[in-house]
Amino acid sequence: MINYEPNEHGYWGDYGGRFVPETLVAPLDELTEGYFAVRDDAGFHAELNDLHQNFTGRPSPLYFAKRLTETLGGAKIYLKREDLNHTGAHKINNCLGQILLARGMGKKRIIAETGAGQHGVATATVCALFGLECVVYMGTEDMRRQEPNVFRMRLLGADVRGVDSGSRTLKDAINEALRDWVTNVDTTYYLLGSALGPHPYPLMVRDFQSIIGREAREQIVEKEGRLPDVLVACVGGGSNAIGLFHAFLNDDVRMIGVEAGGRGKTLGEHAARFMSSASVGVLQGTKSYVLQNDDGQIALTHSVSAGLDYASIGPEHAFLHDVSRVEYASANDDDALAAFKTLSETEGIIPALESSHAIAHVIKLAPEMSRDSVMIVNLSGRGDKDINTVREIFANS
Amino acid sequence: MSRISKTFNGLQAEGRKGFIPFVTAGDPDLATSLAIVLKLAELGADVIELGVPFSDPMADGPTIQRSSERALKGGVTLAKVLDLAAEIRKKSDVPLVLFSYFNPIFRFGVDEFEKSASAAGIDGVLLTDVIENEAGAISRRFGEHGIDLISLVAPTTTDERLEAICENARGFIYAVSRAGVTGAQETTSLTAEQLVNRTRQFTDLPIAVGFGISTPAQISDVWKYADAAVVGSAIVSVIEKSDQEDVVLRVEEFVSALVPNRSVSVAK
Repeated sequence: MINYEPNEHGYWGDYGGRFVPETLVAPLDELTEGYFAVRDDAGFHAELNDLHQNFTGRPSPLYFAKRLTETLGGAKIYLKREDLNHTGAHKINNCLGQILLARGMGKKRIIAETGAGQHGVATATVCALFGLECVVYMGTEDMRRQEPNVFRMRLLGADVRGVDSGSRTLKDAINEALRDWVTNVDTTYYLLGSALGPHPYPLMVRDFQSIIGREAREQIVEKEGRLPDVLVACVGGGSNAIGLFHAFLNDDVRMIGVEAGGRGKTLGEHAARFMSSASVGVLQGTKSYVLQNDDGQIALTHSVSAGLDYASIGPEHAFLHDVSRVEYASANDDDALAAFKTLSETEGIIPALESSHAIAHVIKLAPEMSRDSVMIVNLSGRGDKDINTVREIFANS
Repeated sequence: MSRISKTFNGLQAEGRKGFIPFVTAGDPDLATSLAIVLKLAELGADVIELGVPFSDPMADGPTIQRSSERALKGGVTLAKVLDLAAEIRKKSDVPLVLFSYFNPIFRFGVDEFEKSASAAGIDGVLLTDVIENEAGAISRRFGEHGIDLISLVAPTTTDERLEAICENARGFIYAVSRAGVTGAQETTSLTAEQLVNRTRQFTDLPIAVGFGISTPAQISDVWKYADAAVVGSAIVSVIEKSDQEDVVLRVEEFVSALVPNRSVSVAK
């Protein structure tokens, strides 16, 4: 059996680790120590579970998408409704865990990066909940296309700071958050939003998100009397996907991560890290697959969804890819937009553009599967934040 | 003995302290970088740090971020930086330290890099984002090619880590003056002096202090407790603000005022 846990240095096989300036070693050690002190602590988990239930509204339903299933004519499709969480996406699961940790460590100032704005909104929310100062870094391109989330963060009392470097998206926001952290290490907790970055973040975020899969596993057994055949989730950094997959890693269940195929296969036109043009590299604290040129400069990326628009992928996914435990596919912008429409019209559920990539793959795959097969898709977020983007695109097409 | 050790031994014998300027290689272009570096050597730079531009410089402030962008826009690659180093080496014996993030070197291939850097006359390499076990392994490999992996220590580094870092350190130790990114500041904090004193408990290697040093007063302050002062963003900022035709002169004026009376004949 394959060991799916990282070693003490945060490596899954060759991937992960810590590639950071020396200044950040002490705070990362402090964080690791703080996290491992609560990782199996009953009191910590009791408080977290109470928040999951009463603040977020967990467990999120596992919903049988009857009309989508009938329309596609194949596998039974269940949606794990993370879109119904308070704040509208899976991101809150991780934020609640980390904010309890930050509070326990005595940190008063919280910083975060955000791409689509869902992690920023969730961070701003938990900071409001605990009365902590909140600074969110966001690329100015993302601020433009996810404007409703910028307004929500500000309503929640967060200081949203635009980042104008690089492609003005998630990667650049992470750089700026790291620069803030390295400058304000004594006072500041960096609440990283995906299963990325230096150890212990990929492990910790995975742990906090794995509630998705634990619930889904129980729910599907209750509804179908058995485990599913396939799991599907979109993958940007990879936190919603690993959150769904983790509880099933040792089961005979096929898993598919769906990357952003963007608008073309050339470097710069997509965010599919496992496409042939990708290779291993070191970016923002971790070793993983990275979209880069031959000189080791990180490539620009494109996706219609801000949350998938990132040049690297969480190290655990790199490992799961190499050991062939998880398959990785991609859906392009057009397929995701079509899926966005399809789910809205067949189920009355407007999905986030990120989650629409997973739905797009389901639309391809489900008809090829038998009617008694069972599929779970992580509906990681809701699409309210995307209506301006989608309106613009549909108006121009 | 390596050029770095020879330089620091010489300084110590003369009772002097070191001046280490930093420039981003290829900013504004490679030919100008060559002229600037040779001028810096002529002005008495004891070691010169050549920054390898990277698309995502997470430890750098805006000044060096912009200089990396300018260099990358001009098509600078690690291979071209090594060519630049080889050109410098033809005309000067000044010790050269490459200052880089890991990814360009990882992508180039650590094996290939060791050989090429050694052939180009590189004396040391400072990797901003390589620490702990990874640093130990790379340091041993570089050492076999006569290249010192320069270790960084920071005010947040614990004594336990300082001891471990110093044990594997070669050439000199780079002490980061404060928690933060690179960038010029008016004053140097007390934390730098405390860090240097803590580090001395564990090593006899020379210690250079960098990050935020931009004035003659800061340099003389650093020289009281450390062996060398590194000036980066302040020089890069002069390069940024100068016209192409007189950038070397502007750098000369700035550095002459920063560290007066150091000019030495260094030409081969």
